[in-house]
Amino acid sequence: MKKFWAVMVARNKEFLRDRASLGWNLFFPVLVLFGFSFISSGNQATFKVAVLGGVPTSADRAEFYDTHHVQFVAVGSLDEAMRKVGQHRFDMLIDPGESPRYWINSSSSKGYLVERVLWGSSPPGHYHKETVEGREIRYIDWLIPGLLSMNMTFSAMFGVGFVMVRYRKMGVLRRLKATPLSAFQFLSAQVASRLILIVGATVLVYVGSNLILHFQMVGSYFSLISIFLLGSVCMVSLGLLMAARTASEELAGGILNLVTMPMMFLSGVWFSLDGAPGWVRGIAQALPLTHINDAARAVMTDGASFAAVLPDVAVLAAMTMVFLALGAWTFRWE
Amino acid sequence: MPPILAVRHLTKDYPEVRAVDDLSLKVREGICFGLLGPNGAGKTTTVEIMEGVVEQTSGEVLYRDRPRDRAFKNEVGIQFQSTSLQDYLTVREVLELFGSFYPRNLPFDEVVSLCALGDFLDRDHRKLSGGQRQRVMLGLALVNDPALVFLDEPTTGLDPQARRNFWELVREIRRRGKTILLTTHYMEEAYELCDEIAIMDHGRLIAQGSPRDLLRRQFEGSVVSLPQEDLALPEDYPWPTYQRDGRIEIQTNDVNATLAQLLRDQVSLEHLTVKSRTLEDLFLELTGHELRA
Repeated sequence: MKKFWAVMVARNKEFLRDRASLGWNLFFPVLVLFGFSFISSGNQATFKVAVLGGVPTSADRAEFYDTHHVQFVAVGSLDEAMRKVGQHRFDMLIDPGESPRYWINSSSSKGYLVERVLWGSSPPGHYHKETVEGREIRYIDWLIPGLLSMNMTFSAMFGVGFVMVRYRKMGVLRRLKATPLSAFQFLSAQVASRLILIVGATVLVYVGSNLILHFQMVGSYFSLISIFLLGSVCMVSLGLLMAARTASEELAGGILNLVTMPMMFLSGVWFSLDGAPGWVRGIAQALPLTHINDAARAVMTDGASFAAVLPDVAVLAAMTMVFLALGAWTFRWE
Repeated sequence: MPPILAVRHLTKDYPEVRAVDDLSLKVREGICFGLLGPNGAGKTTTVEIMEGVVEQTSGEVLYRDRPRDRAFKNEVGIQFQSTSLQDYLTVREVLELFGSFYPRNLPFDEVVSLCALGDFLDRDHRKLSGGQRQRVMLGLALVNDPALVFLDEPTTGLDPQARRNFWELVREIRRRGKTILLTTHYMEEAYELCDEIAIMDHGRLIAQGSPRDLLRRQFEGSVVSLPQEDLALPEDYPWPTYQRDGRIEIQTNDVNATLAQLLRDQVSLEHLTVKSRTLEDLFLELTGHELRA
């Protein structure tokens, strides 16, 4: 325990004194976040209207469906669609059935405009109006869980993986191997140190940017923290596994990029994979970052309970076990 | 008293080369033992097998007559030829870190005064001179108050002054009753520090003994040296000769006879020198090539 503690403290000092990478760890996510908050504030002016069961195909369908600059999206679940109206992800929801109805969010300006268009293109009293309450989910709100978990991923993979390879190359590991320090003590200290730093950085970034951007957080902090903690352990384990053998920084850099790059694009950090082909979503399911994103986003924007995100949590836990076991098994000091 | 360390029939094969070839030797407790040889002789591989850092292909290593166990690492101190430490740590922090790995520590102040680290204790260990750095590495090898200290080419790359300072440290450690196993390719270093020397070449042991014994046993005599152009060597010269730095060196136990021969051959003695033999000459004789070749 004494050895574990000493190695962990040494690693923390090393990190905290490395101003450049410390700054980068905190600065990068904030930079991205604010960048996107400016970009997405100049919104594109298309409207999204959800149609239950899809747009009618009959020749005598309402003229409304031919409105330009409105994207009509077919939806199957009324509850799901109503929730999205509440989050401003749809500007309006129409049920064209026997007794036609529509829903808009009373706080949405775009909803108000689409409603005017609907009135102007259909007989008076044809639709029954309903309203949904809810706060808008901005792109920023949607992005923040992904951004935090992405930062976590980089910090874990490069902060553990890359450093381990550098230690091996420089002979740090060789020197430690000659002491009574065991591989397990050494590795667990690295993991613990990195976890502390990730948690610290994540909390700082979260609290700091929330002061200005006020993102949506409707779920429980307990669930969110649990997901992020497990996610960090999972990513650190993956970093250890990637760096278990090689002493070449170039090779390690390549391997780490090979693993992180697909996660950047396929784990739904920047955009939703809802409309992506099945095989892409299949690959995404094999990436740990997807599960961190999905679970964290469900908690933050939809207020999902811990039980609801349990499948993602279980997959993360299983992946962590596999990465840790393989990483410890393949680890070499030299 | 059993030897503190012994290896028997040690062999280490790498894919391309046999680095250590059936090496057996014993190190008595309390002495400074030197493993001497040119670069690539297998010295480092040998000590790293002894340290338990490298696995041998065959043969055994005994610590106090027994195979090494878990406690072995607590009782030895190691200074590697080239290793590094975690970045951004001060000398003090590095010493404390390594101290925490061992159940027993030499008191911190003693390590500091022994290795003369006081002037740069709070400096980042990466910002030290070569000599200071070697002293820190020596300090790390001593934090656990080891019985046996391995020093792998500790003075390579140091300037002469730093090297002499380092020798003084090694003598002090030796006076404290510790056993030192030192590798070097400096004859002078082995001669200055070691009670016993083993000379290695191509993975094999080629001679062993105290520096003076080795010299006496193999070289009662002198070296007569002449510029190469002054002497045309016949095939069957009565003494072994070597060419070095543009001179011919004749190794002889009878300087009178050799000079008489040279006079008979009407060789110019104008630039002739006679010197007593050194370990360098011993090495040349044993291996047929120069130490620093």
